[in-house]
Amino acid sequence: MPNKNIRDAINETLKLEMRRDPRVVVFGEDVVGGLGGSSGIEEAAGGTFGITTGLAAEFGRRRVLDMPITESAIIGMAGGAALTGLRPVAELMFIDFIGVCFDQILNQIAKFRYMFGGKADVPLVIRTMIGAGMGTGPQHSQALYNVLAHVPGIKVVLPSNAYDAKGLLTTAIRDNDPVIFCEHKAIYTESCEVPDESYAIPFGQAAITRTGKDVTVVALSRMVLLANAVADRLAKEGISVEVLDPRTISPLDTASILASVAKTGRLVVVDECNPFCSVASEITSLVACEALSSLKSAPVKVTAPHTPVPATPHLEQLYVPSPAAIEKAIRATLAG
Amino acid sequence: MLSPSRLHIPRAPARPGEAPDFSYLQLSAAGAVPRPEITVNASEVTGLATQLVRVLDNTHQAVGAWHPHLDPAELQIGLRHMLLTRLFDERMQKTQRQGRISFYVKCTGEEAVSVAAAMALEPHDMLFPAYRNQGLQMVRGQPLVALMNQLLSNTGDMCKGRQLPVMYHSSAARLFSISGNLATQFPQAVGWAMAAAIKGEEHIAASWIGEGSSAAADFHHALLFASTYRAPVILNVVNNQWAISTFQGCAAGDSPSFAARGPGYGIPGLRVDGNDFLAVYAVTRWAAERARKGHGATLIELVTYRASAHSTSDDPARYRPRDEAERWPLGDPIERLKAHLCVLGEWSEPRHTALLEELEAQVTVAWKEACIFGTLSEGPRLDPALMFDDVYQHLPPHLAEQREQLRAARAAQGKG
Repeated sequence: MPNKNIRDAINETLKLEMRRDPRVVVFGEDVVGGLGGSSGIEEAAGGTFGITTGLAAEFGRRRVLDMPITESAIIGMAGGAALTGLRPVAELMFIDFIGVCFDQILNQIAKFRYMFGGKADVPLVIRTMIGAGMGTGPQHSQALYNVLAHVPGIKVVLPSNAYDAKGLLTTAIRDNDPVIFCEHKAIYTESCEVPDESYAIPFGQAAITRTGKDVTVVALSRMVLLANAVADRLAKEGISVEVLDPRTISPLDTASILASVAKTGRLVVVDECNPFCSVASEITSLVACEALSSLKSAPVKVTAPHTPVPATPHLEQLYVPSPAAIEKAIRATLAG
Repeated sequence: MLSPSRLHIPRAPARPGEAPDFSYLQLSAAGAVPRPEITVNASEVTGLATQLVRVLDNTHQAVGAWHPHLDPAELQIGLRHMLLTRLFDERMQKTQRQGRISFYVKCTGEEAVSVAAAMALEPHDMLFPAYRNQGLQMVRGQPLVALMNQLLSNTGDMCKGRQLPVMYHSSAARLFSISGNLATQFPQAVGWAMAAAIKGEEHIAASWIGEGSSAAADFHHALLFASTYRAPVILNVVNNQWAISTFQGCAAGDSPSFAARGPGYGIPGLRVDGNDFLAVYAVTRWAAERARKGHGATLIELVTYRASAHSTSDDPARYRPRDEAERWPLGDPIERLKAHLCVLGEWSEPRHTALLEELEAQVTVAWKEACIFGTLSEGPRLDPALMFDDVYQHLPPHLAEQREQLRAARAAQGKG
């Protein structure tokens, strides 16, 4: 099976879905790139991270539209277009930009189906970049998926590897509810085996990325990579860590989390969000309410501090949950 | 009979592999555009939104009603600021390529836009820059070391390591903090101007955004408020033809210009040759006087060309013709002011060379000094405890606790 990185897996998925269904269209800033002249596909920029490279060449410029820099209009018009039966994949370059389009997401797109008495499908995907690690500072590095997960009516997806990115994006595009697809900017080049053909991964189904019996580590997005590495290291000491990647946080696979904690009796949650009202808080609350009796020690949350994201790499590294912090949390649950 | 509705999909005039095409640009001859009284209503001067105010002609003479008749010494200062801006840009770009700083944005070809405007304003006027207005920093006398320290995110960084490189600010120099999220400074500048008027101050505000950012709702909100309250503000749209890979027509739509957005809101819109130092100066003075005397806001479109990449993160060869910058019909702002000074007999090649050497040495000295405060790879580092300051005015208990946890964790690892 060929190895592909997350960027290429997403690009491939967009192409497969656009070939399969002419209603799938791509909207965003700089998504066409430099297509034109004698340059051909290769010269097209295809977005600031090259995710949409080659789409305009294959599917034409009616289905891949470069848009003026106004996210409130891009997301608003994509919502309007979705109501007509098109299946837009709209790009919100950084999740931080929800600031200007949150009214469309929060008060419109998330609630169309409900407010229209169930008569509207909203087959809209908003692809967006999240996370720290690239030195992009307070306005371009936030996680914020917890804010979106709070809103009823939208689904929130957090792929941590190329295989999941492809299967989850396929599901997102075929889903008739609005989906926020959160791509972590620091892991685009992470690669793994990804089949060439199309496949769909259902939402609300966690993946166990490491099987273990001593402690359950629930990790989100890029934090899955860190948790896996820590689990592998601790395995050599005889500590058996189970790593669980929920893959979608809305819906959340609560059954798999509870089943894992029932087995291990210990819980660590690793979440890049700010701690207050984070997904880590939600998951620890779930376990405390539903599985208190199976806990052998208090759950530990590993999150960013309650500050904005500092830009300089030296401080940013201290902001993001570290492997050392994850290891410390695991040891704390084992000691407790 | 009904027919299917149609969609217009705008195309850039030229993409890689094609010949540059600037035939879409409407140009006026130098001196051809009239200069109205500052009391004029927007509806009386709609022509200014599509003509192009130019002062320097093809023989490098200053002509027409907009000629600001500046003292040659002033022009020499303008040339110095523009040259320093360009040399600073080139050096900082180089340090980014060497991995010494993480990110940089050049303004090559657009130096007059910022330098001439800042010189036309008073020192107490408040400036709300975008991220390609480093000329404002130069005119307002920001020390190069302060700018470099910010780029290096080092122990001398005005932003304490928190902001992206180039997001400078200075309350002393009355330069508002730059935002990575676009166009937010426009309503803020209008608010500042309204507050100045409410408080009875004589200062005005000025702000800059790119033509691409004029798509943002904040641009339109700002114009509405500036019009409703006749706020003493100058709103500048720097039309450098490119928003990363998206050409200006995407944000313009079928509007003939960005200046033409003004009259719809009741604000005079002036289109000016952004590479003509004298024209930028003259138009800014006109707008400033208008604002100061209570006649309200002005929208200025500065027609220029982004000769460099958007930032150190993109490659323009992938989305526009390689030789487009050379074919830009409005030339280079530094070369044009230099030629004008030479025609006046107030400048020469030897003086130019000497100035270049002086400024290059100034940049070199500043860089060495900035490095003492630390670089990405060596020297002193910011105290991690700083991360927890300034989230709130007073450090709340939970942040104090998190700060202590970080300190303890680092101490356990033998750090800090």
